[in-house]
Amino acid sequence: MANAIIVARAVEKFYTQPDGNRIEVLAPTDLEICPGKIVALLGPSGSGKSTLLRMLTGLSAPSSGDVLWHGEPIASHSPNVAIVFQSFALFPWLNVLENVEAPLEAKGMAAIERRKRALKILDTVGLDGFETAYPKELSGGMKQRVGFARALVVEPEVLFMDEPFSALDVLTAENLRGELMELWLNKKMPTSAIFVVTHNIEEAVLLADRIIVLGKNPGHIRADFEIALSQPRNRKAAAFIEFVDRIYEIMTQPDTEHVPAAAVQMGASRSPKRKYQMLPHARPGGIAGLLELLHDGDGREDLYRLASRLSMDVDDLLPIVESCVMLGFATLKDGEAQITPDGAAFAGADILNRKVLFRDAALKHITILQCIDSVLKAKSNHSIPEEFFHDILDEHFTQDEVDLQFDTAMSWGRYAEIFDHDPENGRLILTDPATEPADAANPGAA
Amino acid sequence: MKMDHKGALSPYRLWSLLPRMGASRLPDALMFGMAISLFYGVLMVARNWLGPITPQVEISRSLLALPGYAALSLLRITIAYLLSLAFTLVYGYVAANNSTAERFMIPLLDVLQSIPVLSFLPGVMLAMVALFPTRQLGVEMGAILLIFTGQVWNMAFSFYASLKSVPRDMREAAKIYRFSWWQRFIEIDLPFAAIGLVWNSMMSVAGGWFFLMACEMFVLGPRDFRLPGLGSYLQTAASTGDVRSILWGVATMIVVIVLLDQFVWRPVIAWGEKFKVEQVESTDVPRSWVLTMLQHSRSLSYMGKITVRPIRESLTSYFARRHQVQPAGPTSAAAKNWMARTVGVIAIAAIIYSVFQVLVLLSGLNHAEAAQLFVSLAATFLRVNATLLIGAAWTIPVGVWIGFSPRLARIAQPMAQIAASIPATALFPIVLLILIKMGGGLSIGSVILILLGTQWYILFNVIAGAMAIPTDLKEVCSVFGIKSAERWRKLILPGIFPYLVTGLVTASGGAWNASIIAEYFHFKGQTFFTTGLGAIISRASDDGNFKLLLAATILMAATVVTVNRLVWRPLYALAEDRFRFEN
Repeated sequence: MANAIIVARAVEKFYTQPDGNRIEVLAPTDLEICPGKIVALLGPSGSGKSTLLRMLTGLSAPSSGDVLWHGEPIASHSPNVAIVFQSFALFPWLNVLENVEAPLEAKGMAAIERRKRALKILDTVGLDGFETAYPKELSGGMKQRVGFARALVVEPEVLFMDEPFSALDVLTAENLRGELMELWLNKKMPTSAIFVVTHNIEEAVLLADRIIVLGKNPGHIRADFEIALSQPRNRKAAAFIEFVDRIYEIMTQPDTEHVPAAAVQMGASRSPKRKYQMLPHARPGGIAGLLELLHDGDGREDLYRLASRLSMDVDDLLPIVESCVMLGFATLKDGEAQITPDGAAFAGADILNRKVLFRDAALKHITILQCIDSVLKAKSNHSIPEEFFHDILDEHFTQDEVDLQFDTAMSWGRYAEIFDHDPENGRLILTDPATEPADAANPGAA
Repeated sequence: MKMDHKGALSPYRLWSLLPRMGASRLPDALMFGMAISLFYGVLMVARNWLGPITPQVEISRSLLALPGYAALSLLRITIAYLLSLAFTLVYGYVAANNSTAERFMIPLLDVLQSIPVLSFLPGVMLAMVALFPTRQLGVEMGAILLIFTGQVWNMAFSFYASLKSVPRDMREAAKIYRFSWWQRFIEIDLPFAAIGLVWNSMMSVAGGWFFLMACEMFVLGPRDFRLPGLGSYLQTAASTGDVRSILWGVATMIVVIVLLDQFVWRPVIAWGEKFKVEQVESTDVPRSWVLTMLQHSRSLSYMGKITVRPIRESLTSYFARRHQVQPAGPTSAAAKNWMARTVGVIAIAAIIYSVFQVLVLLSGLNHAEAAQLFVSLAATFLRVNATLLIGAAWTIPVGVWIGFSPRLARIAQPMAQIAASIPATALFPIVLLILIKMGGGLSIGSVILILLGTQWYILFNVIAGAMAIPTDLKEVCSVFGIKSAERWRKLILPGIFPYLVTGLVTASGGAWNASIIAEYFHFKGQTFFTTGLGAIISRASDDGNFKLLLAATILMAATVVTVNRLVWRPLYALAEDRFRFEN
C-alpha cells in the first residue's frame, strides 16, 4: 500500500555465534502498518513477537531487510512512535506528572507547554488527581494508564503496545481495553495506527482490524487476515467465536505446513543442518494434570474451552498439550485434544508405573533423551558432562532458549529416571534401576 | 498541585509567603548560621593551605584544639569523598556504556581494589609534595589522594553494576522517546544507582577515617609529614603515652561519627528511599528528623526553585535541542575509533615502560631481602587467616544469637554499628597500651589489632544472615526435633553461608590492609614490630627503601588478588548458587 506508515521488507533477525553458526530468531518477514488500523501480532512465546516490534519501532536494526518509515529507511529518521510496555517501564523516582512530561522534556519543550499537554493527556486517560502520586503508590491498572499517557503525550503517529495488559488482572485488563477502544473509536487519541503484540487470542480479536499469527523456531508469519467485525465487538457473537476458534486451530496445528516458501529456501541455503526436535516447556506434573483432566472427561476437549475453564493463557496451555502430543499421550486435531490409549494408561497408573510409562514414551519419541540414554549406556563410567548437551543445543538456539531446553530435558529425564543430574559437577549420570531401587520406591512406598 | 504550578511560573510569588513562615523560622535561622560558619571555615582553610610549608607542625594536645582538628580531618574526608564521587560517576559511566573500555576497566578495578592502600602512602606523598614544593597544599593533597584511593573502588564498582542492571524496558523507553544523554543520566542512571551509591558511600567514608588516622602523620625517611587533625592528635598522644588525650581524641572521633550519621547519612538514606525500584510501597521506611526539617525549610526550597530548577531546566533543554538536531547516527565513528586506538597505544606503551622500570628496580633486591619477603608473606598470611578464624569463631554464635532474637537485634545492631564505625586505627594506641602492660608482644598483639578492624564485617553479615532465615524453616526444625549440632549443620550454617562469605571477603581485604599498620608501630618513642609483610611495607616507608617497599606491595597485592580468585570467588559463586533463599 502506498500510504503505509511503516513497511517492513523481508526483515530478518539472527544472531551469529563465534563459530559462525547462525541462529535465526525471525525468518524474513513482510509487514506493513497503515493509517486507521489496529494490527495485532499474535504468537506463542519464542516466536519473535517482541523482536519484530523492536525492529518496526527502529529500536533495533534488522539483521537483513529494510524497515521503511513513510518510504524512507527508518534509521535516518526520528520516527514519531511510542511504546506501551508490559512492565509499564515507568520511572519510579518521578511522580505521575513528571513521568508523562519526560518525553516532552526530551523534545526540549518549554516547561509551561509541557505541563499543559501532560495535564491534558492525564485528564484524557482518567488520571486527574493523581499528578503528584509516585508509581509505587498506584495499582497496576493505574500504572498502565500512566504508561498510556506517557505514550500518547508525544502524539505518536503509530502507538506500539507490547503485551500491554498481560501484567494486569483479568478485570482491570478488560476495563482498560474498553477505555482504550473508546478513545480510539471516538478519535480522542492523537494516533493514526496501533500495533499491539499479544498472546491472548480473545484480546486480539476484540481489538484488531487485522491479525498476524506468528509461528516459532524461527519466528515466521503463519496467518494474516482481516477481522471485518464492527466495533464494539461482542465476545458471545457467533462470528467472534468463529474467529477465536480459527486462530486456535492455526496456532495448534503442526507448524511445518505454515513455513513460508521463502523462509524454507533461504533457511536451506544458509543452514543445511537438520531440523532439531524442540521440546515444549512443560513439567511432567503439568502433563500428568492435563492427561488426568482429559481422562476424567470423555477423553477429548476443545482447547479454547479448556483454556477458559482453567483460566490459562493459550501460551501456558499450549506447551503442555504439545508435550502430550510429542510423547504420544494425546493427539491434536482442529483445536481439539484427544487422549490416546497410552495417555489413558498413564493417567490411570499409580506413581511408580507412571514413571515407567513416561520413560517408555520418552525413550520412544524424544530424540535428545534417546541420545543421552544411549551415550550414557555406552560410556564405561555411565556419566557425561553437561557441556555435551549444551554443545548440541548451541547449534540450534539462542542462549536463553538453550537454558530452557536444558531445563525441560533435565526435568523429563530425571522424572523418567533415565539419568540423574549432578549440578555441582555439571554431569549427567545414568540412573540404573537395578542399583538404585530406593530412589523410585520411596515416594510410592508410603 | 495547581498552586505549585503557578508558583513555578513566577518564583517571586513566593515572596508574599515569606512573612507568614513563623512555624519554620527555626530551620531557616539554622541554615543562615550554617552558611556563615561555612564561609568562615573556607577562609581559614584557604589561609592555612596556601601558606608556606610548615615542616614540623606542632600538634597541640590541648582539649581546645580538638574541635578544630576534627573539623580539618572532616574536611579532608569530605574533599576526598567528593573526588571519589566524581571519579565514580565518570569511570562507571564510561565502563557501562563503552563495551571496549569495559573489558579493561572492570578487571582493572578488581585489581586496584585489592591493592593495600596504605602502601600507596609514601609514593603519593612524595609526588604531591614535589608538585607543590612551597605550599602546605602538597601534603594536604597527598593525604586527600590517599583517602581517595581507599574510598573510590567500591563506589565505582557499585555505580557500574547499577548502570548495567537498569531494566531493558526502561532503557528502551528512554530510547524511543529520544532522551538526550544528559536526560538519561539525570532521570535514569543516577536515580537508579542512587541507593547502592549511598550505601557504598557510607562504607567508603567509614574506611576513609581508617586511613586518615594513618596518613595525617607519618615518617618517610628523613622527612616527617604532619597535618593538623584528629589522626595526628591521636598519634601524638599515643607516642607520648598520654592516656587522657587518647581517650578525649577517641571520644571526639565518636561524636563526629555520630553527628555525621545523624546529619548526613540518615537524611540521605531516608531521601534515597524514593529511588527504590519497587512495585508497592514498603511499610518500614527509614526516616530522619534532619531530612524532615530540611524539607520543611521554605528558604531552602525557595533557593532550590531559583537555582537548581532553572539550571536543570536549561541544561535539559540545551541537550535536548542538541540531541534533536543530530538524530541517533554514527557520529564520525572513524574518528572515535582512531582516538580509542591512540589512547590504547599510549596506555600500552606506558604499561610496558613502567613494568620495565619496576623490573629494573626489583632486580636490585638481594637474596636475603627476597627470602625475608617470603617469610614475612607467610607470617602475615597466617596472621590474616588466624584473624578471620578468630573473628568467625566468636561472631557466628553471637551473630546468630542476636539475629534470632528480634528484640535483641533492635538494641544490638545500632550499637554494633557505632562500634564498627570507629576506625580501628584510632583504637590501636589504647590496645597497644594494654598489651604492653600485660607484656604481650606485637606478634600476637597485631592479630588483636587486625581483629579490631575486621570482625565487624563478619558480625554484621552473620546477623543479617540469621535474620534472613525463614521462620517456617526454624519451625520445621522444632517440629522434627532437630536440635543443637544437627540444627547448626542442617539449618543455621547453610542459611548464613552466603552472608558469612560476604563478611569474610570484606574482612579479608581489610585485614591485609590493617596488617600494614598493625605489625609496626611507633609508641611512646619506641618502635614495636613483628615479622610480617605489613611491617616490611611500613619500615621500608620509614627508611625510604623504595625497592623493598615496591616489592612488598606488589607481593601483597598479588597475594590478595590470587586468594580472591582461588578462594573467595568460587565460594561466593557457590553461596549464590546453592545457599541463597529464593523469594
